Amino acid sequence: MTTATTEKTNRSGFRWSDYQGLPSTLCKGCGHDNITRHLIQACFDLGVVPHNVVKTSGIGCSSKTPAYFIHRGYGINAVHGRMPSIALGAKLANHELEIIGVSGDGDTASIGMGQFCHLIRRNLDMIYVVENNGVYGLTKGQFSATSERGAKSKGGEENPLTDIDLCALSITLGGTFVARGFSNDPKQMVNLIKAAVAHRGTSMLDVISPCVTFNNHEGSTKSIHYVMEHDIHLNELGFVAPWEQPAAEVKAGEAIEIPLPDGSRLVVRGVGNDHDPHDKHSALQVLDEAHRKGEILTGLLYIAEKEPDFSAAMKVVNARPLAAMDEADCRPPREAFDRFIAGHR
Amino acid sequence: MNPPQTLTLPQPRTDARLIVNDLSIEAATVNGTGSQTANNTLAKSLFRMGLPISAKNLFPSNIQGLPTWFTIRVSKHGYTARKKELDWLIGMNAATWEKDVAALRAGAVVMWNSNELPDAPVTARPELIAYPIPMNDLIKPVAADAKLKKMLVNMVYVGACAHLLGIEEEVVLQVIKDTFKSKQKAIDVNVQCLNAGVAYAREKLEKKDPYRVERLDANGDRILIEGNTLCALGALMGGCTVLGWYPITPSSSLAEALIALAKKHRVDPESGAIRFADIQCEDELASIGMVLGAGWAGARAMTTTAGPGISLMSEFIGFGYYAEVPAVIFDVQRVGPSTGLPTRTSQGDIVSAAYCSHGDTEHLVLHPGGPEECYEFARIAFDLAEQFQTPVFVLLDLDLGMNFWMSDPPEYPTGAFQRGKVLTAEKLEQLKQQSKPWGRYQDVDGDGVPWRTLPGNAHPDAAYFTRGSGHDEHARYTEDPDAYRRNMDRLRKKLETARLALPRPALETEPGARVGLLAYGSTNNAMREARDQLAHAGLKTDYLRLRATPIPVAEVEGFLAGHDRVYLIEQNRDGQMEILIRAAVTTPGLVEKLRSVRHYTGYPIDARSISDGVFAQERSR
Repeated sequence: MTTATTEKTNRSGFRWSDYQGLPSTLCKGCGHDNITRHLIQACFDLGVVPHNVVKTSGIGCSSKTPAYFIHRGYGINAVHGRMPSIALGAKLANHELEIIGVSGDGDTASIGMGQFCHLIRRNLDMIYVVENNGVYGLTKGQFSATSERGAKSKGGEENPLTDIDLCALSITLGGTFVARGFSNDPKQMVNLIKAAVAHRGTSMLDVISPCVTFNNHEGSTKSIHYVMEHDIHLNELGFVAPWEQPAAEVKAGEAIEIPLPDGSRLVVRGVGNDHDPHDKHSALQVLDEAHRKGEILTGLLYIAEKEPDFSAAMKVVNARPLAAMDEADCRPPREAFDRFIAGHR
Repeated sequence: MNPPQTLTLPQPRTDARLIVNDLSIEAATVNGTGSQTANNTLAKSLFRMGLPISAKNLFPSNIQGLPTWFTIRVSKHGYTARKKELDWLIGMNAATWEKDVAALRAGAVVMWNSNELPDAPVTARPELIAYPIPMNDLIKPVAADAKLKKMLVNMVYVGACAHLLGIEEEVVLQVIKDTFKSKQKAIDVNVQCLNAGVAYAREKLEKKDPYRVERLDANGDRILIEGNTLCALGALMGGCTVLGWYPITPSSSLAEALIALAKKHRVDPESGAIRFADIQCEDELASIGMVLGAGWAGARAMTTTAGPGISLMSEFIGFGYYAEVPAVIFDVQRVGPSTGLPTRTSQGDIVSAAYCSHGDTEHLVLHPGGPEECYEFARIAFDLAEQFQTPVFVLLDLDLGMNFWMSDPPEYPTGAFQRGKVLTAEKLEQLKQQSKPWGRYQDVDGDGVPWRTLPGNAHPDAAYFTRGSGHDEHARYTEDPDAYRRNMDRLRKKLETARLALPRPALETEPGARVGLLAYGSTNNAMREARDQLAHAGLKTDYLRLRATPIPVAEVEGFLAGHDRVYLIEQNRDGQMEILIRAAVTTPGLVEKLRSVRHYTGYPIDARSISDGVFAQERSR
């Protein structure tokens, strides 16, 4: 391509086009496409090395999106609800890979609930994005488990059941990075994604992402209009990459500065509240209060940046990935082998 | 129809005055009472005297308090299958006592703890040879507390059997020492109980039975080991680095043996890091997912499971087949359907493994026929999975996996791993220079096997998108009918390439045989004995053993063509291998020669069930 030479490169030497994917086949205006753009922006800005990225997903509209970003990354679209196990296997095989998982509310909160819970519990180092629209899009509009009681379907039916709050659930399961975002809020989303990349552990991003075709009507609690009306920012976020200087020194009491393992810093400033994202009880409390008031609370809810991630806890981080292990790495010496055999005589 | 015929096979002699190195001993105990140590001592002592033995544990799906039977077979002929006739019962369990005694044939020996079990069932059968032993009384001076008593009482029968049968005392002592290693106290109390048994037998019991063991030194450098342990060793040597598993009988001990091996042999001495990851998963849905994720990213990965796990994994296994991801699945078969008999054995997953998952699928399945092949097939399964980029099953069963077998010592492998068609960045660049654009699912070599890249490969053309949905040669999503069909046809071609690369069937012939026997898996352990029985009755047989499926069509057709009748012996109700053979054998006039012998009780197959089954059909022709 002749234009390639003039295209701007990021700090890792990759072009914007290296982070792009195939054209989306989702509905025009789908929240998911916005999230795709935010992922591209964050990864480009941070200089995430595309060929070290694994993009993985389950089944559903959300799970199609890994095809739409970072085409030089490796995609694997698993079976419904079971992306976490694929991600775990890939990360164990090669801990140098950056795993970005994209799921939906059906893929996570229903069929994938088991694997989701155990992913959070294990704290595998990966980003787990739930593109949450409260509805099964590909099968044309059934309620999902994150849909609120009383929400109306496109056909006018009222949801009789309570919703599962994936953020509250993650916090109680021992999650180490729990945030909620809104697909149509680029600033907050890009900061959250950057912090998620920098965090070592499972970064769970529950992103309200309206379905323009099946859940954007009057009576829906996940329509663009409804979410814009009810979105309350819990905090303002500032992400400072290791090579960046903060805009201004943070004064004590005004904001919390959280150092992340890669040297970057996350500045969290409460909006009309003094919620400390290290405080698990406070996080559950603000979620509960917002739920009662019918508000959608977005921002960083909880972080425990010092917890060991799964690979560290399992002591499997070798100098080289397990995928590269050869005969010499895998086979004990002949004497040890013979000793084992002799023990069975 | 002819009336059922009885087979004129040599029946075990009950009137012989001396029977040397040929008997089966069964200890009927309660599980969770420490009888395993006593039984292992007995088995290992016999083995170390150079006597060919096998040892089987018939146990309940329970932790404590239910009946369990441990059977040791000594055979100077080297027969290792379950022996149908029991020669020597050790009664320790009140719950099964009456039934255990009632099942004995005339002339059998019964030894029992007369402090716990009533004499009545034995005195009612004077044709039995009775050895009552007041075991509780004997160990009173040794063990004070009740729990210890319960554990140690079993060692008394080891001593009594050793004396009556002629097991060398110093061998037994050495086995006890090796078992407890540096725990001198444990050695001491066990030896005291052993000696109490020996002394009682010497002083109070008059030898009335014909059984005797004598040193044979027939075992060479063989080892005594469970198939699951050998599979674990094979996986270690085969380069497995990721294990995702969910505990399920009878496969758990395979996973645990591998973990123990890895903890010992895969630790980096400098960093303390482990060159192995084992994940006890939340369920089988996750364990196969982890294996596929790891295999996709380039690690040699495996899972261990049994039939119920295979059912749960089936969707992901279809993904592995269609997206072409290497994986190794150890299925230690137990008895189904459903939960079935979790602690009993069968060959019940032959069809479900072969065609696991929806849509058109067919998988590579290895059927180890003995302990040596447990090791060998476990090792090569990782090569095959990567060479053919597909899930590979290793199908053993509870009998082979959890029971003790004599095995030739496994050989230390010297060859390199066969990693299959993996494109490095350099190779990819060469292709590009030659204007040969790479496609993940393109058949460039005409063998149906495409080339793959691994995540992390930095070449600009290396990345691709793996999916379980329809895809073309370049891994792009498609619903195009021609692209779908091309891909499915290539997958079929790949399977045909693999069919020829799998372990070939093993053939044993006898000059002049017109009847063929066909078997696979653990049934093999009963085949030599069964064929000897048939030969003794005047029926010569050839024997073809399948070692892998898809069915090796040429060999099976050749075997059918070369014989008047071929008996296929299986440990399932429905003739599952027969289903596969009937689907594969297309030359007219051949499948009509197939006959079937099926054993499905949950017990390991025995030689007599085979020879009786064959002979009955031969006689009623």
